[in-house]
Amino acid sequence: MSSFQLSALGALIRNSAVYRSIIRHGVANTNRNRSLVVFENLFLHVHPVKVREKTLKFSHTYWLGGITLVASFVLIVTGIFLMFYYHPSVPQAYRDMKELMFVVDNGVFYRNMHRWAAHLMVFGALLHMLRVFYHRAYKPPRQFNWVVGVILLLVTLLLSYTGYLLPWDQLAFWGVSVGTNMAKEAPLVGKPLRFLMLGGNIVSENALLRFYVLHCVVLPTVLLLFLSVHIWRIRKDGGVQGPPEKDASDEVEP
Amino acid sequence: MLDETADSLPELTPGEETRRQFLTKVGLGACVMTGLGAALTVADYLEPKVLFEPPTSFRAGNVADFPEGTVRFNQEQKVYIVGGAAGVFAMSAVCTHLGCITRPVSGEGGIACPCHGSKFDLEGNVTHGPAPHPLPWLEVKADAAGNLTVDTSVVIPHGKALKV
Repeated sequence: MSSFQLSALGALIRNSAVYRSIIRHGVANTNRNRSLVVFENLFLHVHPVKVREKTLKFSHTYWLGGITLVASFVLIVTGIFLMFYYHPSVPQAYRDMKELMFVVDNGVFYRNMHRWAAHLMVFGALLHMLRVFYHRAYKPPRQFNWVVGVILLLVTLLLSYTGYLLPWDQLAFWGVSVGTNMAKEAPLVGKPLRFLMLGGNIVSENALLRFYVLHCVVLPTVLLLFLSVHIWRIRKDGGVQGPPEKDASDEVEP
Repeated sequence: MLDETADSLPELTPGEETRRQFLTKVGLGACVMTGLGAALTVADYLEPKVLFEPPTSFRAGNVADFPEGTVRFNQEQKVYIVGGAAGVFAMSAVCTHLGCITRPVSGEGGIACPCHGSKFDLEGNVTHGPAPHPLPWLEVKADAAGNLTVDTSVVIPHGKALKV
C-alpha cells in the first residue's frame, strides 16, 4: 500500500463493506494478490493464473474461438432486444420484422447486428475447427474437448437454421419447407420427426412457434451449457495447445 | 451397496440379499419407472392432437369441364386436375424432390419444377431428375350431378382415374 497512493474517495470506496464483499483480495501489487484476482472471481476462475506468452500471439490461434464466443454474446444481447418487439405468430411475425426495420429507433441496427453476428458465429466456428485440426490441437489430452466442440458446432448450425424461419418471409418459408422435406426422407423416423418439428403437416403457425421456442430458449441453453464445459476443459487440459503444464510440486490432482 | 459389517448380521447364503439391498433395488426401479413415465408424457405432450389446418378437401368444378387433354392448375390448393384418357384425376403439384411448387410448361405438354429442374409428364411420371418419385395422385369423388371433390390428404395409386 505504501507505493500506492489512494485518493480519499477511492479509499472510502475500497474500504466500504460492499466493495470488500465483492473484491476480497488486496491491491494487486504482489504475485499472490495478482493470482487471487483471477481465482477469487467467478468469471475468471477457469482462467489459469499464468499463461504462456506465445499462446496469446495472434498467429497461434488467430483468436477464432474468442471471436466466435464474442459473436455468441452479441447474439444473446441483440436477440433479447429483438424479443421485445417480435411476436411469433403468422399474422404478426413479418410485420414486426418490418417494424423493427423501418419504425423502431435503432431497430434496423440491432436486427442487422444479430444477422451479421450470426453469420460471423457460424463462419468463426468452422474456421476455429479448421485451425484446431491443422494445429493438431485436438490430440490427447484434448480429444474430449474436440467432441464437445463438434456438439457446439451442431448447436450453432441448428440455432442458425431455427432463426431462419422467424421473419416469416418467402426465404424463411421455403427454406424451412425444403429443410423439413429433407428430414422427412430419413428412414423410419423421418415422417414423425417432421410432424414433431412442424407441430403439424404444413409449415404454419405451430411450426413458427416451435422454432421460436427452440431458437430463443432450448438451443441457447444447450449452447451455454456446452460452452462452459468447452472453456473449462481448455483450462484443465493446459491451455489451447501444446503439452499440458507439468504439475507444480505442491499442486493436487484436480 | 452400503455394507455395514456388524457382528450380529446373519451370514447370507448365495442368492440371498439384505433388506437394504432389496429396498435399494426397489427404490432405483421406482426412479427408472418414474423417469420413463415422465419421458413418455413429454413425448406425448409434444405431439399435437388437434390441428387447426385448412381443410384438405375442396370442390373442383364439374366433370364436364374436364374433357380429355385438359390440365387445370389450382394454384391455391397446389393441385393439377387433369382430364386423362381413362377419366378425370387429380395430382399434387408439390415436387417430390424438396417440396417446391411445379408448373405446367406451355408448348412442351409437361410439368416442370422451377427449383432444381425436375420434369414430369402429364401423368406425373418423372421424365427428368432430381425428383425421386412421381407426383402422387389424389382422391377425386363425384356426386350424382358430376361435381368433383378432391381430397389432398388421400393419396391413391397411379392410374386410378375417375371414370364417369
